[in-house]
Amino acid sequence: MGEEKKVVRKKIEATGIMNKYMADYFYELDRASKSGVKKIAWCTSVGPAELLLSMGFLVYYPENHGALLGTSRMASEVIPSANVIGYSPDICSYLTADIGAYLKGVTPLSKAFEGIESVPKPDVLVYNTNQCRDVKDWFAWYSRELNVPLLGIHTHRNPTDIEENVVGSITMQIKDLVKPLEKISGNKFDIKELKRIVALSRECSELWKQVLETASINPSPLTFFDGTIHMGPAVVLRGTQQAVDYYKILLKELKERVKNKEGAVEDEKFRIYWEGMPVWGRLRAHSELFANLKACVLASTYCNSWIFTDFDPEDPFTSMAKAYSELFIVKSDEAKEKYMKRMIDFFKIDGVIYHDAKTCPNNSNNRYGMPQRLEKETGIPSLVINGDLNDLRLISDEQTKTNVEAFIEQLEENKT
Amino acid sequence: MNSQPVFVGIDVGASMTKVAVIDANKNLVGHHIKKSGTDFTATANLCLEASLKMANVEEKDIVMTVSTGYGRKNVSFAHDTVTEIGCHAKGCFHYFPITITIIDIGGQDNKIIKLDESGRRSSFKMNRKCAAGTGAFLEEMSTRLDIPLEEMDGLARKSEDMVKLGSYCTVFSATEVLENIRNGKKLPDIIKGVFFSVVNRIMEMDSFTEKVVMTGGVVAHNPYLVNMMEEMIGRKILVPVYPQLSGAIGAALHAMEKEPVRIN
Repeated sequence: MGEEKKVVRKKIEATGIMNKYMADYFYELDRASKSGVKKIAWCTSVGPAELLLSMGFLVYYPENHGALLGTSRMASEVIPSANVIGYSPDICSYLTADIGAYLKGVTPLSKAFEGIESVPKPDVLVYNTNQCRDVKDWFAWYSRELNVPLLGIHTHRNPTDIEENVVGSITMQIKDLVKPLEKISGNKFDIKELKRIVALSRECSELWKQVLETASINPSPLTFFDGTIHMGPAVVLRGTQQAVDYYKILLKELKERVKNKEGAVEDEKFRIYWEGMPVWGRLRAHSELFANLKACVLASTYCNSWIFTDFDPEDPFTSMAKAYSELFIVKSDEAKEKYMKRMIDFFKIDGVIYHDAKTCPNNSNNRYGMPQRLEKETGIPSLVINGDLNDLRLISDEQTKTNVEAFIEQLEENKT
Repeated sequence: MNSQPVFVGIDVGASMTKVAVIDANKNLVGHHIKKSGTDFTATANLCLEASLKMANVEEKDIVMTVSTGYGRKNVSFAHDTVTEIGCHAKGCFHYFPITITIIDIGGQDNKIIKLDESGRRSSFKMNRKCAAGTGAFLEEMSTRLDIPLEEMDGLARKSEDMVKLGSYCTVFSATEVLENIRNGKKLPDIIKGVFFSVVNRIMEMDSFTEKVVMTGGVVAHNPYLVNMMEEMIGRKILVPVYPQLSGAIGAALHAMEKEPVRIN
């Protein structure tokens, strides 16, 4: 065998602008943490960030930090420190990596941003259990460690349809946060400001949706691996003008690619849907693995999870409750399967890959027979790969490679 | 020398390297098996040399070579690679051209591959990142029991009262084995229990079609596993003549289908 030609995915030009926005975000948090001029709230990724922003908090997302620990491949080194104090290697490796990094006094932020030595100190910790119970346990540890108030929303999990009484319950829980947050922030709640923030979140969400939907074109102008990076502003800057500005720029570039029929993967032959978490420490390796097989992983539930079509500035509390509860991860398998079928159809998918993440049962949708049911209904083949979002000790690269290559061979056979 | 065009398949597995040479009529004319060791390229070369000698042909007669297996990218003289899933599928369908489920028990992984009546893969599964049910599990148990691997099959057949091992994990199973030794259980009964554990791990991986084929080195050296599996599923299992060579034969058949390229 001669030296194989490496195919890399086409670089997105807007990346530089995104990096600047992200750097500004982290430096602002760092300044506030050092000076105390602005209060900082830690929030779970689909927690009530809109309310926190409207009350003048800077919002920091530990899950984003968890992902950075993954991409920087620091996670496997720091997780054992959390295991030692009783947090099992079998639970969320965002949690164990983040707490482990804190215990070891390290952060990938200091490698990426000169002058930042630690994550910003919180004034309040606010969670929503819509994703899992782990986020509450995670924040509860910091609450005890740093003696910081812990507030949260408890979401009703696994419904097929979000009923009015559920929305009512979540709405009330969000409203109940206002008083303690007023006390912590020292700011009076302002409904007009909340409406403004919700409107920005909605606009960001709409633009992010349009960005992801460009992948329905053949060839797709972007991959799932691009999506996991470029979702950064949708995660940490939603509710701000910067996120809106960024996605307008990114969308323009992708539309240009579509116009010029430029695919993210050279000579795209197979269109793949990724279900589950990314393997953060293997983004590049996976991107190259698929690109070399002329397979474009172009859509995912994961990136879609930051599309919140329910946000309505005219009815901010109720619409926030709906948006936070309509998440894929909250829903029953019945609802998830209906959604997946729509995605498979919309993105013209040839095959589905399920990532069974060892430490993230809530984001591993292969464990209750879904691949088998969907394969039967859609006729679209699927593959389950075993891995993890952060803990690289749970990954066999060779097995992943053989599985993926064999899966693409299978799709090839089906095409001939 | 019997000069004729041949096609070569090289299966560099985690434990063993297998080479198959087939002629233009798809007959197996040469083959060789050797421990993969640490220098995959050198082992592949040695196996190729021995196989060509057996086929009574020379290197210049090779039309095309396809490598497969864990070390497939390490075979410098192969023209192309195909995964072991694809090669086992091709190799088994060659012998049994019907709708089949293939069970391959390898040194470090197990595969279940389903083929339709035209030989197309409808699905495949590999074991999770765990040695349970693989050749590595049997190797570990043979060490614990201080019994050469090649004697396990014969001993398992002598069992009259099989010991059931409850654990999934190789390490936990080894502890159970030691516990049974301490409790005075007979060696054949423990070894049959170890075999039963392998069969169970396979049964848990996927459902089977009516016709089932078993391949792989573990099956070649421990045919009693096939008998036990037959008993479990209640029907006869098909086994190719050279179960350990299925992947290599499949690779050679893939070589035949590729564009012909002459090395010299």
